[in-house]
Amino acid sequence: MMLLQSIPTIMMIVAPILITAIGGMICERSGVVNIALEGLMSIGACTAASVHCIMEAAGCGRYSLAVGLLAGMAVAGLISMIHGVAAIDLKADQTISGTGINLLADGITVFACQILFSQDRSREFKVGMLTDGLGFYPTFYIAIAVVLVSWFVLYKTPFGMHLRACGEHPAAADSVGINVRRVRYTGVLISGVLAGLAGGCVVLTQTIQFTSSLINGRGFIALAAVAFGRWTPWGVTGAALLFGGAQALAVLSTNFPALKVLPSEVFNILPYLVTLLALVIFSGRDWAPQSCGKPYSKSSS
Amino acid sequence: MARKEKKNFIDWFLSSQGATSIAVILMGFLIGTLLVIAVGRNPSGLFTAIGQSLIGKAGKNGAWNFRNVGETLAYSIPYVLCGLPMGFAARVGLFNIGGEGQYIIGMLAAQAVAVCIPSFPFQWLVCLAVGLLAGALWGGIVGILKAKYKVSEVVATIMLNYIALYLARIIAFRMPAGLTNRTYQTAPLAKDALLARFLITNSNLNIGFFFMIAACLIYFFVMEKTKLGFSFRATGFNMDAARCSGINADRAISVSMAISGAFAGLAGACVLLGGAYTTGRIIQGMDNYGFMGIAVALVGNNRALGIFLSGILFGVLKQAQSIMQGMNIPKEITFIIQGLIVIFIALRSGLELVRAYRAKVLIRKEVKA
Amino acid sequence: MSEYAIEMLGITKTFPGIIANDNVDLRIRTNEVHAILGENGAGKSTLMSVLFGAYAPDSGEIRIKGKKVEIKNPNIATELGIGMVHQHFKLVHNYTVTENIVLGREPRNRFGIVSLAQAEKKVSELSRRYGLSVDPRAKIDDITVGQQQRVEILKTLYSDSDIIILDEPTAVLTPQEIDELMDIIRTLKKEGKTIVLITHKLKEIKAVADRCSVLRRGRFIGCVDITPETEEQELATMMVGRSVRFDIDKAPCTPGEAVLEIKNLSVKDSVGTMKVKDLSLTVRRGEIMGVAGVDGNGQSELLYALSGLSPVAGGEIILSGRVINKDTIMERIEEGMGHIPEDRRKHGLVAGLTVAENLALKDFNSDKYSGPFGMLNFRAMEENAEKLISEFDIRTAQGAVTEAGSLSGGNQQKVIVAREISLSPDVLLIAQPTRGLDVGAIEYIRKRIVEERDKGRAILLVSFELDEIMNLCDRIATISKGSIVGVFDRDEVTSEEIGLMMTGIRAKEAK
Repeated sequence: MMLLQSIPTIMMIVAPILITAIGGMICERSGVVNIALEGLMSIGACTAASVHCIMEAAGCGRYSLAVGLLAGMAVAGLISMIHGVAAIDLKADQTISGTGINLLADGITVFACQILFSQDRSREFKVGMLTDGLGFYPTFYIAIAVVLVSWFVLYKTPFGMHLRACGEHPAAADSVGINVRRVRYTGVLISGVLAGLAGGCVVLTQTIQFTSSLINGRGFIALAAVAFGRWTPWGVTGAALLFGGAQALAVLSTNFPALKVLPSEVFNILPYLVTLLALVIFSGRDWAPQSCGKPYSKSSS
Repeated sequence: MARKEKKNFIDWFLSSQGATSIAVILMGFLIGTLLVIAVGRNPSGLFTAIGQSLIGKAGKNGAWNFRNVGETLAYSIPYVLCGLPMGFAARVGLFNIGGEGQYIIGMLAAQAVAVCIPSFPFQWLVCLAVGLLAGALWGGIVGILKAKYKVSEVVATIMLNYIALYLARIIAFRMPAGLTNRTYQTAPLAKDALLARFLITNSNLNIGFFFMIAACLIYFFVMEKTKLGFSFRATGFNMDAARCSGINADRAISVSMAISGAFAGLAGACVLLGGAYTTGRIIQGMDNYGFMGIAVALVGNNRALGIFLSGILFGVLKQAQSIMQGMNIPKEITFIIQGLIVIFIALRSGLELVRAYRAKVLIRKEVKA
Repeated sequence: MSEYAIEMLGITKTFPGIIANDNVDLRIRTNEVHAILGENGAGKSTLMSVLFGAYAPDSGEIRIKGKKVEIKNPNIATELGIGMVHQHFKLVHNYTVTENIVLGREPRNRFGIVSLAQAEKKVSELSRRYGLSVDPRAKIDDITVGQQQRVEILKTLYSDSDIIILDEPTAVLTPQEIDELMDIIRTLKKEGKTIVLITHKLKEIKAVADRCSVLRRGRFIGCVDITPETEEQELATMMVGRSVRFDIDKAPCTPGEAVLEIKNLSVKDSVGTMKVKDLSLTVRRGEIMGVAGVDGNGQSELLYALSGLSPVAGGEIILSGRVINKDTIMERIEEGMGHIPEDRRKHGLVAGLTVAENLALKDFNSDKYSGPFGMLNFRAMEENAEKLISEFDIRTAQGAVTEAGSLSGGNQQKVIVAREISLSPDVLLIAQPTRGLDVGAIEYIRKRIVEERDKGRAILLVSFELDEIMNLCDRIATISKGSIVGVFDRDEVTSEEIGLMMTGIRAKEAK
């Protein structure tokens, strides 16, 4: 019974991780590794919270949640394009460029709060997202929609076929006239937009303001979910449920007498430990897209 | 004639790592400054703060305050020590994002000795040694996972960072609690465990600084001069060829990751015992020295001297934060500058394209001639 | 209708450091099989990439069916009816045959969803009509290399190309598959297609081509009609620029005792397939033992197991009377095993290190390079390097401290050869020693190999080029599907017999 009641809470925590992970998966299937998910979530959360706060204060509260989310998506999408330019056009090391964006996000979010609110966090907003009759936040339904759409696009549309081909064998895609550059940019953009959306979902459901420690590893958990879910929508969904569930248990463990004996940090560790173990156990075969993380240039083909 | 010299300058610039590093730093500052202006603040405060942190005095009328210099150098200890592991691993062909986790575990181990064992002579030395070894262990795990199970070191280190964070909390909660009974600290650190201050004694500048210098020298000696370092560099450039030539690449990966971790572990111990804390810590989040170490190493081109210099630069920025806050400039501008520097370093690969393009143009001219 | 299907006039294309095509003229008639002949690096592939829109030429013009065109990307080439079968297949490994064929022009229903049923039917029809049997629903991962090539040909047919370019199509095929491909080419011609065949194999040109254009170092040399009377020697001379000596001077072989004995060796590849099965072979002092075979028949795995790069699954490797199955690579080097690897950029050379460091890569731990405190004696390394650089005539920009990656391919190979020979090994494993090198370097390296034989070393030479095997070796073992089919003295066999054995036909039947 207890467990049943906790499902909406678990889903509240799972949804943003799942949305981000799907974005990361699409990006990697197009051939670009994006370890900037963490920073992009942070930027999305900061933007969404700030926009919501300001609009709420200005009295246009009715639309401010949606506008906040959209703004978060737009800004994170924009910032992700830095990674796109670096990884795709300038053939930069994708790990370095992703790390740079993570560092930049640390600074730019708090900097923005300093300018907008004269403090190192956003102002508190009065009303965040509300739950429906079943206790679910809208983010739960957004996440389901994101998974279904991503599956449909990846496996049923021409664009999806092109995208997966670019991650496996960009030279093959190029040879039949697919614009590898454009496809990969789209992949990076999708991951940025979804990470921004997820960041907004975190701040508008789980708390009342943006702080620098809000995201706290969720982006990296999403990254882990991509690898653990073997780069498929359903696998990633399963992984996000498992990892998000573990995170939720860290919060909920105080409600369950049986779990109280363990420090709540044990559940925080779980996603990372499970991924690491999975990588060791399944080390024989590489499930990652074959050209993931490798810049593509025509002359090297 | 003048034109020819200009061309030579461009070629020199494109091929010189040091020159592009400096250009990258300047670009970071330039955009940071523009950002400050864009939000309507006076950027002079930014540079005043940096000047004070660097030499203790800023402008004609500024007072000398060497405490700032002391703090700058104290901050540079963990920056350099966290830059070394990233650089060391990079020379062996590994991307070690795990400096943060290795730092945390080093700090935790040092804390265990400093909190749980009563004072005894040279306890600080034991603490540093234990921290160093713990960091080496945490780094070594990554090396073994990579060498034996082909687990990507990028993924493994990210996972181990968070495992370290929460593991440190679990363990630190079980250490003797302090008298004040506040939740997020333990009992006081033993007196003999603290690192002695020197030179500028009203700052936190401590003898960890000498260990940091020693670490840089060891880095240089091992990497550039020894047979071990040769096997590391060969593995880093081309693991298959190194293996084919009889070099034990698996061992090179494991050992180099352990050495990397040792540097970061030492950083953790130095920060804990360096004077800023009197009690053991129960960390709530990351200190970010490990992540910043990535930037430090990248700016320093993974060379010992470069990492030392860029570590000092990052120390300056950190100390400048507290000063600029008083001048109405958000201190986060320094994070932005650091992030921009790393992004520009990533973009530096674009220069390779410029160089290729120039070579092509040159050939085309020759063909026409 | 124009007489020519393709005219490429005055094409020039440069890359950083190289002029790949220098004012090349190429005219291909409609419905002919036109071969383009040239050595590695002669500019054949670049020229075809220009035609296919992968590269833009620096100057020159292209006419297709008499009409001047500008081909900016592969799509335009496809629309003009040009299809290309690349040397390295451009197939997505986890897609099905049909998915690969329709990639980039997927049939979709009215909701924009990809629907493959129609395409699968068309693929089946095409494969029946042209004799290209392949299952349209199979995954690329699960079909053979020969079948993958058919998928590539089907790709061009599916898009209704009437000009089909085949880039080095036989490099990865068995002799039998090559024969089948020749039949396919004839069928395609009969169906009205124009075929461009890029190759450096004279036999194939004789077999199917109507005309042949020759390229050399980026320049167009000439175009000849291929008749039954055409001499291979004549084409070869055009290709390399002077008359080639097909034979190398060498003294008769005087073999000594067995140094390397391989007994019933089995080796698995990285994904666990048994690539070497129950293979036995002996190499004696003072002889060159050649291993002939088509690429992918276990040669690489055999060498990996011998050099210690991959573990042995069964059997024994005996070096100078000792079983070395479990010895590390370093131990094997110390016991006298030298290795000039197949892939010199991957296994042979560390491009980021200097020439001196590369020359000392295997013995940097020895006393002669030792300084105090585990330090390296860089002076000694450089002195040793200077000596080898002059002995082996390695051309460098800055001597011993030149970065190895900046050397030309031939000089990189000389660095590797110098390193291996300077260690005076008892056994020298050599794979593809002259691939991709210019004629001068090839002759030099072959000469050095024979010299080493005369010094009494046991040499195991693996090559995919039958000519190299026939010229250099004293004994020849033919490998097929991971086993030795037969071992003969050089004088006992002809290349035709070896060629037949490469397909797995037992020695007796072949003779």
